[in-house]
Amino acid sequence: MKLTNALISAKNVSVLKNQKSILENIDIQINKKDFITIIGPNGAGKTMLLKCLMGFYKPTSGMIERKEKLKIGYMPQSINVINTMPMTVKGFITVKKKYDDVSLHKVITEVNLGEIVNKQLSVLSGGEMQRVLLARSLLNNPDLLILDEPAQNLDISGQLNFYKLIQEIYSKRDISILMISHDLHLVMVSTKKVLCLYKHICCSGAPQQIAKDPEFLSMFGKDMANMMSIYQHSHDHNHDHSYLVGEE
Amino acid sequence: MSYYGESIAHSSLLGVGLGILLGTGINFGVIIICLLFGILFLWLQQSKILSTDTLLGVLAHLALSIGIIVISLNRIKIDIEAFLFGDILTVSSSDLWIMYLGVGITILLILINWSSLLLVTIDEDLARAEGINPIYINLLLTIVLTIVVAVSLQIIGLLLITAMLIIPAATSRRLANSPGQMALIATLVGVISVISGIFLSVELDAPSGPSIVVISAILFFLSYLFGLMQKD
Repeated sequence: MKLTNALISAKNVSVLKNQKSILENIDIQINKKDFITIIGPNGAGKTMLLKCLMGFYKPTSGMIERKEKLKIGYMPQSINVINTMPMTVKGFITVKKKYDDVSLHKVITEVNLGEIVNKQLSVLSGGEMQRVLLARSLLNNPDLLILDEPAQNLDISGQLNFYKLIQEIYSKRDISILMISHDLHLVMVSTKKVLCLYKHICCSGAPQQIAKDPEFLSMFGKDMANMMSIYQHSHDHNHDHSYLVGEE
Repeated sequence: MSYYGESIAHSSLLGVGLGILLGTGINFGVIIICLLFGILFLWLQQSKILSTDTLLGVLAHLALSIGIIVISLNRIKIDIEAFLFGDILTVSSSDLWIMYLGVGITILLILINWSSLLLVTIDEDLARAEGINPIYINLLLTIVLTIVVAVSLQIIGLLLITAMLIIPAATSRRLANSPGQMALIATLVGVISVISGIFLSVELDAPSGPSIVVISAILFFLSYLFGLMQKD
Protein backbone atom coordinates (compact mmCIF):
# COMPACT_ATOMS: atom_id res chain seq x y z
CA MET A 1 0.00 0.00 0.00
CA LYS A 2 1.33 3.35 -0.98
CA LEU A 3 0.85 6.00 1.61
CA THR A 4 1.08 8.92 -0.74
CA ASN A 5 0.94 9.87 -4.34
CA ALA A 6 4.41 11.44 -4.19
CA LEU A 7 7.24 10.58 -6.59
CA ILE A 8 9.50 9.96 -3.63
CA SER A 9 8.58 10.16 -0.02
CA ALA A 10 11.02 9.69 2.84
CA LYS A 11 9.97 9.31 6.46
CA ASN A 12 12.23 9.56 9.47
CA VAL A 13 15.36 8.76 7.48
CA SER A 14 18.59 8.63 9.48
CA VAL A 15 22.05 7.62 8.38
CA LEU A 16 24.78 6.60 10.78
CA LYS A 17 28.21 5.93 9.30
CA ASN A 18 31.24 4.90 11.36
CA GLN A 19 29.35 5.93 14.50
CA LYS A 20 28.94 9.39 13.02
CA SER A 21 25.53 10.79 12.42
CA ILE A 22 25.17 11.93 8.80
CA LEU A 23 21.41 12.45 8.54
CA GLU A 24 18.85 12.71 11.34
CA ASN A 25 15.12 12.11 11.01
CA ILE A 26 14.65 13.50 7.55
CA ASP A 27 11.12 13.81 6.23
CA ILE A 28 10.84 14.87 2.64
CA GLN A 29 8.28 14.46 -0.07
CA ILE A 30 8.84 15.15 -3.74
CA ASN A 31 5.65 15.64 -5.68
CA LYS A 32 4.83 16.15 -9.32
CA LYS A 33 6.14 19.46 -10.70
CA ASP A 34 8.10 20.26 -7.54
CA PHE A 35 11.25 22.34 -7.73
CA ILE A 36 13.15 21.84 -4.52
CA THR A 37 16.58 23.25 -3.79
CA ILE A 38 18.63 21.83 -0.94
CA ILE A 39 21.16 24.11 0.69
CA GLY A 40 23.50 23.51 3.57
CA PRO A 41 27.16 23.71 4.56
CA ASN A 42 29.81 21.15 3.61
CA GLY A 43 29.33 17.92 5.48
CA ALA A 44 25.63 18.60 5.99
CA GLY A 45 24.73 15.32 4.35
CA LYS A 46 23.25 16.80 1.16
CA THR A 47 24.78 14.31 -1.24
CA MET A 48 24.03 11.46 1.15
CA LEU A 49 20.38 12.49 1.18
CA LEU A 50 20.29 12.36 -2.64
CA LYS A 51 21.95 8.95 -2.61
CA CYS A 52 19.37 7.63 -0.14
CA LEU A 53 16.47 9.04 -2.15
CA MET A 54 17.80 7.45 -5.36
CA GLY A 55 18.39 4.14 -3.60
CA PHE A 56 22.19 4.14 -3.99
CA TYR A 57 22.56 4.01 -0.24
CA LYS A 58 20.42 2.25 2.32
CA PRO A 59 19.67 4.48 5.30
CA THR A 60 20.31 3.16 8.80
CA SER A 61 16.68 3.70 9.72
CA GLY A 62 13.55 5.22 8.23
CA MET A 63 11.50 4.54 5.17
CA ILE A 64 11.84 5.68 1.59
CA GLU A 65 9.13 5.04 -0.96
CA ARG A 66 9.59 5.61 -4.66
CA LYS A 67 6.68 5.65 -7.04
CA GLU A 68 6.49 2.56 -9.17
CA LYS A 69 8.41 2.85 -12.46
CA LEU A 70 9.69 6.26 -11.42
CA LYS A 71 12.24 7.47 -13.95
CA ILE A 72 15.01 9.50 -12.36
CA GLY A 73 17.57 11.50 -14.29
CA TYR A 74 20.70 12.03 -12.22
CA MET A 75 23.33 14.64 -12.91
CA PRO A 76 26.45 14.34 -10.73
CA GLN A 77 28.59 17.32 -9.75
CA SER A 78 31.27 16.28 -12.20
CA ILE A 79 32.80 13.17 -13.64
CA ASN A 80 36.45 12.33 -14.07
CA VAL A 81 36.86 12.53 -17.81
CA ILE A 82 39.36 9.81 -18.22
CA ASN A 83 41.83 10.83 -20.84
CA THR A 84 42.88 7.26 -21.34
CA MET A 85 39.67 6.45 -23.19
CA PRO A 86 38.37 8.18 -26.31
CA MET A 87 34.67 8.93 -26.26
CA THR A 88 32.45 11.31 -28.16
CA VAL A 89 29.69 13.36 -26.53
CA LYS A 90 27.06 11.31 -28.32
CA GLY A 91 28.74 8.07 -27.31
CA PHE A 92 28.77 9.20 -23.70
CA ILE A 93 25.20 10.37 -23.37
CA THR A 94 23.82 7.21 -24.96
CA VAL A 95 25.89 4.56 -23.18
CA LYS A 96 23.60 2.21 -21.25
CA LYS A 97 20.53 4.36 -21.97
CA LYS A 98 17.26 3.28 -23.47
CA TYR A 99 16.39 6.01 -25.93
CA ASP A 100 14.98 6.63 -29.37
CA ASP A 101 16.08 9.05 -32.07
CA VAL A 102 13.26 11.48 -31.29
CA SER A 103 14.20 11.90 -27.64
CA LEU A 104 17.90 12.06 -28.53
CA HIS A 105 17.24 14.84 -31.03
CA LYS A 106 14.97 16.62 -28.56
CA VAL A 107 17.60 16.58 -25.82
CA ILE A 108 20.37 17.72 -28.15
CA THR A 109 18.30 20.73 -29.20
CA GLU A 110 17.04 21.44 -25.73
CA VAL A 111 20.48 21.51 -24.13
CA ASN A 112 22.06 23.03 -27.24
CA LEU A 113 24.60 20.32 -27.93
CA GLY A 114 24.32 20.55 -31.71
CA GLU A 115 27.82 21.85 -32.27
CA ILE A 116 29.64 19.59 -29.87
CA VAL A 117 27.75 16.33 -30.21
CA ASN A 118 30.52 14.68 -32.19
CA LYS A 119 33.41 16.17 -30.22
CA GLN A 120 35.57 14.16 -27.86
CA LEU A 121 34.75 14.52 -24.15
CA SER A 122 38.37 15.35 -23.38
CA VAL A 123 38.26 18.67 -25.28
CA LEU A 124 35.08 20.10 -23.73
CA SER A 125 35.00 23.23 -21.57
CA GLY A 126 33.49 23.14 -18.08
CA GLY A 127 30.18 24.60 -19.22
CA GLU A 128 29.95 22.23 -22.18
CA MET A 129 30.65 19.26 -19.94
CA GLN A 130 27.85 20.25 -17.55
CA ARG A 131 25.41 20.51 -20.48
CA VAL A 132 26.50 17.07 -21.63
CA LEU A 133 25.86 15.63 -18.17
CA LEU A 134 22.48 17.33 -18.14
CA ALA A 135 21.63 15.94 -21.57
CA ARG A 136 22.50 12.44 -20.39
CA SER A 137 20.25 12.78 -17.35
CA LEU A 138 17.35 13.92 -19.56
CA LEU A 139 17.63 11.29 -22.28
CA ASN A 140 15.13 8.78 -20.92
CA ASN A 141 12.46 11.45 -20.28
CA PRO A 142 12.71 11.31 -16.48
CA ASP A 143 9.85 12.23 -14.13
CA LEU A 144 12.37 13.60 -11.68
CA LEU A 145 15.68 15.32 -12.32
CA ILE A 146 18.19 15.15 -9.49
CA LEU A 147 21.14 17.53 -9.68
CA ASP A 148 24.09 17.61 -7.29
CA GLU A 149 25.66 21.09 -7.31
CA PRO A 150 25.44 21.20 -11.09
CA ALA A 151 27.07 24.60 -11.59
CA GLN A 152 29.77 24.44 -8.98
CA ASN A 153 32.70 24.41 -11.37
CA LEU A 154 31.40 27.16 -13.63
CA ASP A 155 32.20 30.85 -13.69
CA ILE A 156 29.43 33.29 -12.89
CA SER A 157 28.10 33.72 -16.43
CA GLY A 158 28.31 29.99 -16.92
CA GLN A 159 26.25 29.54 -13.77
CA LEU A 160 23.65 32.05 -14.96
CA ASN A 161 23.31 30.31 -18.31
CA PHE A 162 23.10 26.92 -16.72
CA TYR A 163 20.35 27.86 -14.29
CA LYS A 164 18.45 29.54 -17.10
CA LEU A 165 18.61 26.26 -18.96
CA ILE A 166 17.32 24.36 -15.93
CA GLN A 167 14.46 26.86 -15.63
CA GLU A 168 13.57 26.33 -19.31
CA ILE A 169 13.60 22.57 -18.92
CA TYR A 170 11.42 22.83 -15.83
CA SER A 171 8.86 25.02 -17.55
CA LYS A 172 8.75 23.01 -20.80
CA ARG A 173 8.76 19.48 -19.46
CA ASP A 174 6.47 17.65 -17.12
CA ILE A 175 9.29 17.20 -14.66
CA SER A 176 10.12 17.63 -10.99
CA ILE A 177 13.51 18.93 -9.96
CA LEU A 178 15.51 18.26 -6.83
CA MET A 179 18.77 20.14 -6.73
CA ILE A 180 21.62 20.79 -4.36
CA SER A 181 22.90 24.29 -4.91
CA HIS A 182 24.75 27.00 -3.07
CA ASP A 183 23.88 29.63 -5.64
CA LEU A 184 20.61 30.40 -4.00
CA HIS A 185 20.55 33.99 -5.24
CA LEU A 186 20.64 32.58 -8.77
CA VAL A 187 18.12 29.79 -8.41
CA MET A 188 15.60 31.50 -6.18
CA VAL A 189 13.59 32.77 -9.12
CA SER A 190 12.89 29.27 -10.34
CA THR A 191 12.87 27.23 -7.19
CA LYS A 192 9.55 26.69 -5.47
CA LYS A 193 10.87 25.38 -2.22
CA VAL A 194 14.13 25.66 -0.33
CA LEU A 195 15.26 23.11 2.17
CA CYS A 196 18.08 23.93 4.61
CA LEU A 197 19.93 20.86 5.67
CA TYR A 198 22.43 20.37 8.42
CA LYS A 199 22.09 16.69 9.27
CA HIS A 200 18.47 17.47 10.10
CA ILE A 201 16.17 19.72 8.13
CA CYS A 202 16.69 23.09 9.76
CA CYS A 203 13.99 24.89 7.87
CA SER A 204 12.10 24.70 4.64
CA GLY A 205 9.68 26.78 2.63
CA ALA A 206 9.37 29.18 -0.27
CA PRO A 207 12.57 31.18 -0.88
CA GLN A 208 11.12 34.53 0.24
CA GLN A 209 9.71 32.99 3.31
CA ILE A 210 12.83 31.09 4.20
CA ALA A 211 14.99 34.15 4.00
CA LYS A 212 13.16 35.38 7.08
CA ASP A 213 13.59 32.20 9.01
CA PRO A 214 15.87 32.64 12.02
CA GLU A 215 17.51 29.27 11.44
CA PHE A 216 18.34 30.27 7.91
CA LEU A 217 19.77 33.57 9.08
CA SER A 218 21.91 31.92 11.70
CA MET A 219 23.19 29.40 9.20
CA PHE A 220 23.93 31.59 6.24
CA GLY A 221 24.05 35.06 7.73
CA LYS A 222 22.12 38.17 6.88
CA ASP A 223 24.03 38.91 3.70
CA MET A 224 22.75 35.79 2.06
CA ALA A 225 19.23 36.53 3.20
CA ASN A 226 19.49 40.05 1.89
CA MET A 227 20.78 38.82 -1.42
CA MET A 228 17.79 36.55 -1.62
CA SER A 229 15.01 38.81 -0.68
CA ILE A 230 16.27 42.28 0.17
CA TYR A 231 14.43 41.81 3.35
CA GLN A 232 15.76 43.42 6.49
CA HIS A 233 15.08 41.39 9.48
CA SER A 234 16.52 41.07 12.90
CA HIS A 235 15.58 38.41 15.27
CA ASP A 236 16.67 37.25 18.64
CA HIS A 237 16.93 33.58 18.81
CA ASN A 238 18.88 31.06 20.72
CA HIS A 239 19.46 28.26 18.27
CA ASP A 240 23.16 27.83 18.22
CA HIS A 241 24.08 27.53 14.60
CA SER A 242 26.78 30.15 14.84
CA TYR A 243 29.48 27.53 14.27
CA LEU A 244 28.22 27.18 10.76
CA VAL A 245 28.55 30.77 9.71
CA GLY A 246 31.49 31.42 7.48
CA GLU A 247 31.94 27.82 6.54
CA GLU A 248 30.52 28.35 3.12
CA MET B 1 42.93 -0.25 -12.82
CA SER B 2 45.88 -1.62 -14.82
CA TYR B 3 47.88 -1.96 -11.61
CA TYR B 4 45.06 -4.02 -10.28
CA GLY B 5 45.94 -6.45 -13.05
CA GLU B 6 49.54 -6.32 -11.88
CA SER B 7 48.71 -7.41 -8.36
CA ILE B 8 46.57 -10.24 -9.66
CA ALA B 9 49.46 -11.27 -11.92
CA HIS B 10 51.91 -11.16 -9.01
CA SER B 11 49.74 -13.50 -6.99
CA SER B 12 49.80 -16.08 -9.78
CA LEU B 13 53.18 -17.53 -8.75
CA LEU B 14 51.62 -18.67 -5.49
CA GLY B 15 48.96 -20.38 -7.58
CA VAL B 16 51.68 -22.09 -9.64
CA GLY B 17 53.40 -23.35 -6.47
CA LEU B 18 50.23 -24.54 -4.78
CA GLY B 19 48.94 -26.08 -8.01
CA ILE B 20 52.05 -28.25 -8.30
CA LEU B 21 52.20 -28.97 -4.56
CA LEU B 22 48.59 -30.12 -4.33
CA GLY B 23 48.65 -31.83 -7.70
CA THR B 24 45.75 -29.81 -9.12
CA GLY B 25 47.76 -28.52 -12.04
CA ILE B 26 49.17 -25.06 -12.68
CA ASN B 27 46.18 -23.54 -14.47
CA PHE B 28 43.71 -24.50 -11.79
CA GLY B 29 45.99 -23.26 -9.01
CA VAL B 30 46.56 -19.95 -10.76
CA ILE B 31 42.86 -19.31 -11.38
CA ILE B 32 41.84 -20.08 -7.78
CA ILE B 33 44.62 -18.05 -6.14
CA CYS B 34 44.24 -15.08 -8.51
CA LEU B 35 40.48 -15.01 -7.94
CA LEU B 36 40.95 -15.12 -4.16
CA PHE B 37 43.48 -12.29 -4.28
CA GLY B 38 41.29 -10.28 -6.62
CA ILE B 39 38.27 -10.60 -4.34
CA LEU B 40 40.35 -9.85 -1.24
CA PHE B 41 41.65 -6.75 -2.96
CA LEU B 42 38.16 -5.61 -4.02
CA TRP B 43 36.87 -6.12 -0.51
CA LEU B 44 39.75 -4.19 1.08
CA GLN B 45 39.30 -1.42 -1.47
CA GLN B 46 35.58 -1.14 -0.70
CA SER B 47 36.23 -0.93 3.02
CA LYS B 48 38.60 1.99 2.31
CA ILE B 49 41.03 1.14 5.10
CA LEU B 50 44.06 1.90 2.96
CA SER B 51 44.62 3.92 -0.20
CA THR B 52 44.44 1.88 -3.38
CA ASP B 53 48.13 2.49 -4.18
CA THR B 54 49.27 1.30 -0.77
CA LEU B 55 46.96 -1.66 -0.91
CA LEU B 56 48.28 -2.75 -4.31
CA GLY B 57 51.89 -2.16 -3.35
CA VAL B 58 51.54 -4.31 -0.24
CA LEU B 59 49.31 -7.06 -1.63
CA ALA B 60 51.00 -7.52 -4.99
CA HIS B 61 54.49 -7.92 -3.60
CA LEU B 62 53.35 -9.94 -0.61
CA ALA B 63 51.65 -12.36 -2.99
CA LEU B 64 54.76 -12.64 -5.18
CA SER B 65 57.01 -13.19 -2.16
CA ILE B 66 54.80 -15.86 -0.62
CA GLY B 67 54.72 -17.56 -4.01
CA ILE B 68 58.51 -17.67 -4.26
CA ILE B 69 58.84 -18.87 -0.65
CA VAL B 70 56.28 -21.65 -1.16
CA ILE B 71 58.07 -22.81 -4.30
CA SER B 72 61.57 -22.75 -2.83
CA LEU B 73 60.66 -24.22 0.59
CA ASN B 74 59.05 -27.21 -1.04
CA ARG B 75 61.89 -27.57 -3.49
CA ILE B 76 59.41 -27.61 -6.35
CA LYS B 77 61.41 -28.13 -9.48
CA ILE B 78 60.15 -25.44 -11.78
CA ASP B 79 61.93 -22.79 -13.75
CA ILE B 80 60.81 -19.67 -11.88
CA GLU B 81 62.35 -17.51 -14.59
CA ALA B 82 59.95 -19.03 -17.11
CA PHE B 83 56.99 -17.83 -15.05
CA LEU B 84 58.51 -14.41 -14.38
CA PHE B 85 59.40 -13.59 -17.98
CA GLY B 86 57.53 -16.14 -20.02
CA ASP B 87 58.82 -19.12 -21.94
CA ILE B 88 56.81 -20.23 -24.91
CA LEU B 89 58.53 -23.61 -24.88
CA THR B 90 56.66 -24.54 -21.67
CA VAL B 91 53.30 -24.34 -23.46
CA SER B 92 51.87 -27.76 -24.23
CA SER B 93 49.06 -28.48 -26.66
CA SER B 94 46.59 -28.99 -23.81
CA ASP B 95 47.63 -25.53 -22.53
CA LEU B 96 46.67 -24.22 -25.96
CA TRP B 97 43.14 -25.54 -25.60
CA ILE B 98 42.83 -23.94 -22.19
CA MET B 99 43.98 -20.68 -23.76
CA TYR B 100 41.34 -20.89 -26.51
CA LEU B 101 38.69 -21.53 -23.88
CA GLY B 102 39.94 -18.65 -21.71
CA VAL B 103 39.98 -16.23 -24.62
CA GLY B 104 36.48 -17.29 -25.64
CA ILE B 105 35.06 -16.76 -22.15
CA THR B 106 36.83 -13.40 -21.82
CA ILE B 107 35.47 -12.08 -25.11
CA LEU B 108 31.97 -13.28 -24.25
CA LEU B 109 31.98 -11.73 -20.76
CA ILE B 110 33.24 -8.40 -22.10
CA LEU B 111 30.78 -8.27 -25.00
CA ILE B 112 27.78 -9.05 -22.80
CA ASN B 113 28.70 -6.45 -20.19
CA TRP B 114 30.32 -3.91 -22.49
CA SER B 115 28.15 -0.87 -21.76
CA SER B 116 28.05 -1.54 -18.02
CA LEU B 117 31.83 -1.83 -17.95
CA LEU B 118 32.11 1.48 -19.81
CA LEU B 119 29.76 3.34 -17.52
CA VAL B 120 31.34 2.03 -14.31
CA THR B 121 34.73 3.08 -15.67
CA ILE B 122 33.42 6.59 -16.30
CA ASP B 123 31.51 7.16 -13.08
CA GLU B 124 30.18 4.69 -10.51
CA ASP B 125 27.28 6.92 -9.44
CA LEU B 126 26.11 7.37 -13.03
CA ALA B 127 26.21 3.60 -13.31
CA ARG B 128 24.13 3.24 -10.14
CA ALA B 129 21.60 5.65 -11.61
CA GLU B 130 21.16 3.21 -14.51
CA GLY B 131 20.59 0.36 -12.10
CA ILE B 132 24.07 -1.16 -12.34
CA ASN B 133 25.75 -2.37 -9.18
CA PRO B 134 29.43 -1.38 -9.59
CA ILE B 135 30.51 -4.15 -7.21
CA TYR B 136 29.28 -6.82 -9.64
CA ILE B 137 31.04 -5.15 -12.53
CA ASN B 138 34.28 -4.91 -10.56
CA LEU B 139 33.91 -8.57 -9.67
CA LEU B 140 33.42 -9.34 -13.34
CA LEU B 141 36.57 -7.40 -14.13
CA THR B 142 38.44 -9.45 -11.51
CA ILE B 143 37.28 -12.66 -13.15
CA VAL B 144 38.25 -11.47 -16.61
CA LEU B 145 41.68 -10.30 -15.41
CA THR B 146 42.22 -13.61 -13.66
CA ILE B 147 41.50 -15.51 -16.83
CA VAL B 148 43.78 -13.23 -18.83
CA VAL B 149 46.60 -13.68 -16.32
CA ALA B 150 46.20 -17.46 -16.22
CA VAL B 151 46.13 -17.65 -19.99
CA SER B 152 49.11 -15.41 -20.68
CA LEU B 153 51.31 -16.39 -17.73
CA GLN B 154 53.43 -18.94 -19.58
CA ILE B 155 53.97 -16.80 -22.66
CA ILE B 156 54.40 -13.27 -21.28
CA GLY B 157 55.47 -13.99 -17.69
CA LEU B 158 53.89 -12.50 -14.60
CA LEU B 159 56.24 -9.52 -14.34
CA LEU B 160 55.32 -8.34 -17.82
CA ILE B 161 51.61 -9.10 -18.03
CA THR B 162 50.82 -5.56 -16.87
CA ALA B 163 52.77 -4.26 -19.86
CA MET B 164 50.42 -6.11 -22.19
CA LEU B 165 47.42 -4.78 -20.29
CA ILE B 166 48.63 -1.19 -20.71
CA ILE B 167 50.76 -0.80 -23.84
CA PRO B 168 48.38 -2.02 -26.60
CA ALA B 169 45.55 0.02 -25.07
CA ALA B 170 47.75 3.13 -24.85
CA THR B 171 48.85 2.56 -28.46
CA SER B 172 45.31 2.40 -29.77
CA ARG B 173 44.24 5.43 -27.68
CA ARG B 174 46.00 7.65 -30.22
CA LEU B 175 44.28 6.04 -33.17
CA ALA B 176 40.73 5.45 -31.93
CA ASN B 177 37.66 7.67 -31.63
CA SER B 178 35.47 5.46 -29.49
CA PRO B 179 35.92 2.88 -26.75
CA GLY B 180 34.87 0.08 -29.10
CA GLN B 181 37.38 1.13 -31.73
CA MET B 182 40.02 1.39 -29.05
CA ALA B 183 39.36 -2.17 -27.88
CA LEU B 184 39.53 -3.51 -31.44
CA ILE B 185 42.74 -1.69 -32.32
CA ALA B 186 44.30 -2.69 -28.98
CA THR B 187 43.49 -6.32 -29.73
CA LEU B 188 45.08 -5.98 -33.15
CA VAL B 189 48.18 -4.32 -31.69
CA GLY B 190 48.37 -7.11 -29.09
CA VAL B 191 48.16 -9.83 -31.72
CA ILE B 192 50.80 -8.18 -33.92
CA SER B 193 53.08 -7.72 -30.88
CA VAL B 194 52.75 -11.34 -29.79
CA ILE B 195 53.36 -12.80 -33.26
CA SER B 196 56.31 -10.55 -34.09
CA GLY B 197 57.62 -10.86 -30.53
CA ILE B 198 57.70 -14.64 -30.80
CA PHE B 199 59.58 -14.43 -34.11
CA LEU B 200 62.02 -11.98 -32.48
CA SER B 201 62.56 -14.33 -29.55
CA VAL B 202 63.34 -17.19 -31.93
CA GLU B 203 65.73 -14.99 -33.88
CA LEU B 204 67.57 -13.78 -30.75
CA ASP B 205 67.04 -16.93 -28.68
CA ALA B 206 65.55 -14.62 -26.02
CA PRO B 207 62.63 -15.19 -23.63
CA SER B 208 59.26 -14.64 -25.31
CA GLY B 209 57.75 -12.17 -22.80
CA PRO B 210 60.37 -9.41 -23.06
CA SER B 211 60.52 -9.78 -26.86
CA ILE B 212 56.75 -9.28 -27.11
CA VAL B 213 56.85 -6.26 -24.81
CA VAL B 214 59.69 -4.67 -26.81
CA ILE B 215 57.70 -5.00 -30.03
CA SER B 216 54.53 -3.60 -28.45
CA ALA B 217 56.51 -0.65 -27.04
CA ILE B 218 57.91 0.05 -30.53
CA LEU B 219 54.34 0.09 -31.87
CA PHE B 220 53.38 2.44 -29.04
CA PHE B 221 56.11 4.95 -29.95
CA LEU B 222 55.16 4.70 -33.63
CA SER B 223 51.53 5.50 -32.81
CA TYR B 224 52.72 8.40 -30.67
CA LEU B 225 54.74 9.80 -33.57
CA PHE B 226 51.77 9.24 -35.87
CA GLY B 227 49.59 11.19 -33.45
CA LEU B 228 52.07 14.07 -33.33
CA MET B 229 52.29 14.21 -37.13
CA GLN B 230 48.50 14.31 -37.43
CA LYS B 231 48.32 17.31 -35.13
CA ASP B 232 50.68 19.34 -37.35
